[in-house]
Amino acid sequence: MSKQKVMMGNHALSYGAVVSKVNVISAYPITPQTQVVELLSELCSNGALDSEFIKVESEHSAMAACIGASAVGARTFTATSAQGLALMHEMLHWAVGARTPVVMGNINRSMGPPWTIWSEQTDSLSQRDTGWLQIYASSNQEVYDSVPIAFKIAEHKKVQLPVMVVLDAFFLSHTSENVMMMDLDKAETYLPKYKPKHKLDVNEPYTFGALTTPEWYYELRYKIQKAHENAISVIEEAQSEFKDMFGREYGLVEEYKTADADTILVAISTAASTAKDTVDELREKGVKAGLLRLRFVRPFPFKKVREVLSSAKKILVLDRNLSPGIGGIIFQEIKSAMYNESNKAPIYGFIAGLGGRDITTETIHNIFEEAEKQDPKNIIWMEVKA
Amino acid sequence: MKYTIPKEELVHPGHLACQGCGGALAMRIMLKTLGKNTILTFPACCWSVIDGPFPYSAVKVPLFHTAFETAAVVASGIKAALNRVGDPKTNSVAWAGDGGTFDIGIQALSGSAERNDDMFYFVYDNEAYMNTGIQRSSATPKGAWTTTTPVNHPKATPKKDILAIMAAHKIPYIATASIAYPEDFTRKLEKAKEIKGFKFFHIFAPCPPGWRANPKDTITLAKLAVETKLFPLLEIEDGEKYTINLPKKDKGKPIEDYLKLQGRFKHLKENDIKEMQTFIDKKYNRLKILEEISQ
Ligand SMILES: Cc1ncc(C[n+]2csc(CCOP(=O)(O)OP(=O)(O)O)c2C)c(N)n1
Ligand SMILES: [Mg+2]
Repeated sequence: MSKQKVMMGNHALSYGAVVSKVNVISAYPITPQTQVVELLSELCSNGALDSEFIKVESEHSAMAACIGASAVGARTFTATSAQGLALMHEMLHWAVGARTPVVMGNINRSMGPPWTIWSEQTDSLSQRDTGWLQIYASSNQEVYDSVPIAFKIAEHKKVQLPVMVVLDAFFLSHTSENVMMMDLDKAETYLPKYKPKHKLDVNEPYTFGALTTPEWYYELRYKIQKAHENAISVIEEAQSEFKDMFGREYGLVEEYKTADADTILVAISTAASTAKDTVDELREKGVKAGLLRLRFVRPFPFKKVREVLSSAKKILVLDRNLSPGIGGIIFQEIKSAMYNESNKAPIYGFIAGLGGRDITTETIHNIFEEAEKQDPKNIIWMEVKA
Repeated sequence: MKYTIPKEELVHPGHLACQGCGGALAMRIMLKTLGKNTILTFPACCWSVIDGPFPYSAVKVPLFHTAFETAAVVASGIKAALNRVGDPKTNSVAWAGDGGTFDIGIQALSGSAERNDDMFYFVYDNEAYMNTGIQRSSATPKGAWTTTTPVNHPKATPKKDILAIMAAHKIPYIATASIAYPEDFTRKLEKAKEIKGFKFFHIFAPCPPGWRANPKDTITLAKLAVETKLFPLLEIEDGEKYTINLPKKDKGKPIEDYLKLQGRFKHLKENDIKEMQTFIDKKYNRLKILEEISQ
C-alpha cells in the first residue's frame, strides 16, 4: 500500500532517488539544496538507502564522480543549484558526450552577483545547450515522481542521456506538500536495475572518449540530436506506464483550459500553478483564457506545443529568467516553434519574478491585461522599479 | 639474475608517443604490475593523444578519458561503482600529467586523497604542459625555459613540493618512481597493491622534445635525476614514515651532469647552477632528517 507523507520539495527529490535505488550519489551542499545532501547522507548511513555517497569537494567533482560511476554501470544521482550548476558546466557537456544517464536535481536559484538565493530559472535554462533533458516540476508530488521517470528515460537504450529534474527554490524546495509515496517493490518493477549497453568492464576492455577527428565527431553529435528526438516517444511511454502503475498522469506539457482558449499563457514551474488560479478567475469573467505549462524544455516538445497553440488568438509567454541582450528564454523557444506554423497569432514576451520576487495571481492578471492594451513586444517588464 | 618485472605487455606497440617518451615507458611498467584487472582514467595530457585516436587504443584495459581537472574524482566514482555493481577488487587508476596534478587537478586530487578513496593516482611528471606545446606548470623547475618562461624570463619560482602536499593528507602510501629503475617501480607497485586507500605515485618522466634533449638520453636523464639527488626514490607511509631508497650515498653527482644534456637549461649561468645545487642539497638533507626521525 502506498503511503502519504507531508514533505518539502528537497525531501521529495531525495525520496525520488531512494525509490530509484540509486547505487552512487555524489553531491556538494548549496542553499537551497542542502536538505537533499543531508537527507541522503542520513539515509545512506542508516541503511535505508544502500548506496555509496561520495562527499566531494565541489560540484565540478560531484558531476565528474557521477560520470565515472555511471560509466561503470552504476545508477547515479546528484543535486545542486545555481553557482554549483554553473561550476559543473564543463562536466554537463561531458555527461552528454559520454552518454552517461546521470539524473540530477537542480533547485532553481538566481545567479550572483549580487548574492541571492531565491528562485529564477536562468541557472538551468542557461545549461539547455549542453544536451541534458530537462523536466520542470510544479509540485512536490511531481518532483518525487519525476526522479524514477527521469531514470527510466535516461537509461533507455534509445536515449542514453542525462536528465535534470528542476524545481523552484523555496516555492517547492522548502514548501511542504502532500506526497503519495511509491511502494519500493512496485517502483523496482517500474524501474528495474540499470543494464548499460556499454560499460567500463575489464572483461571487455574499451576506450571511452578518445580523441575523435572530424571524420567521426560530427556523427556522434548527430546521434545525440537523434536521441533527443527519440526521447519524445520514450517519455510518452515511460509516463503512460507510470500512470498505469501509480495512477498519476504526466505529459510532455500540461494543458489547462486550452481547448477553446483565445489567449494562452505559456509558463514553466510554480508560476504556472499560480497561473491556473488566474485562468479560473478570468474564465469566471467570461475571458477565454488558457495555460500551457512546459514540463519538458529539453527535448523541446515541438509537436505538442504547436498543437496546443494552433488556434490561439494571442500567445503570452511568462519568463522568470533572462538572457540579457535578447530577453526571456522560453519566449524565444515558443516563437521559434511557431514561426513556420499557419497560426500567426501574436506572441508576447513577459519578464517577471526575477531573483525570486513573487509572481502572484495579480501579476498574471496584469499580464493578460497588458496583452489587451499593447501591441506584441519581445520584452514587457512586469512590476519593474524603473 | 631473477627477472622481477611481469612479462605480459598491456600496452600495444604503435602508440603515438614521441621518441624517448618517459611517460609512455612509465605506463608500460605500471600496467605490467597492476595487470588486466585495472580501469584507467586519463585527463587531458599527452597520454590522451599517445593512446591513439578513435577507434584505436594503445592499452589493453578499459580506459575513460575525462576533463583535465577530474582524473582523481572520476577514478573515485569508478571505484564507488565497482564496489556496488562491479568487482571491488578491480584497480581504479588515475593517470595524469604534472599540469593535471600540480595545477588544475589539485583540488579534485586533494578531495580523493582526503577521503582516502581506495585507488591509485599516478602523475607522470615531465615538468611542463607538453600536450599544448611546452608551457610552464607549477612542476617546472626554477630556471627552466618553456614557451611561457622564455630564456630572458625563465621560471622564477621553485617546483611545487607535491610530495609534501600529499604527505600532509596522511594517505597510506606515497612513492616516487623512475623509468630508469623499473625494478624499484615494480616493487613499489606490488607493495601498493596490498594497501587499501589512496596510493600516490610521482613518476619522473623525461620529455626529449620539451626538454630540448636527445631521445637517446631519456634513461640517462632519468638515472642522473636520481644520482644527483634531484629526484630521490623514496616512500612515505601514512604521511609520516619516510624511506629513501636511492641514491644510497649522500654525495650525489653534480647537477651540472644532468643539466648539460638539456637545452631548457642552456642559458643558466654558473651562479644559477650553484644556487640549484644548494637547493637540491638542502632538500635532500631535509628528507634525510625526515627519514631519521620517522624510523
Ligand atoms: C579546462 C582545460 N584547460 C586547458 C586545457 C588544455 N590542455 C590540454 S592538455 C594541457 C596540458 C597538460 O599538461 P600536463 O598535465 O603536464 O600533461 P602533459 O601534456 O605534459 O603530458 C592543457 C593546458 C584543457 N584540455 N582543459
Ligand atoms: Mg606535463
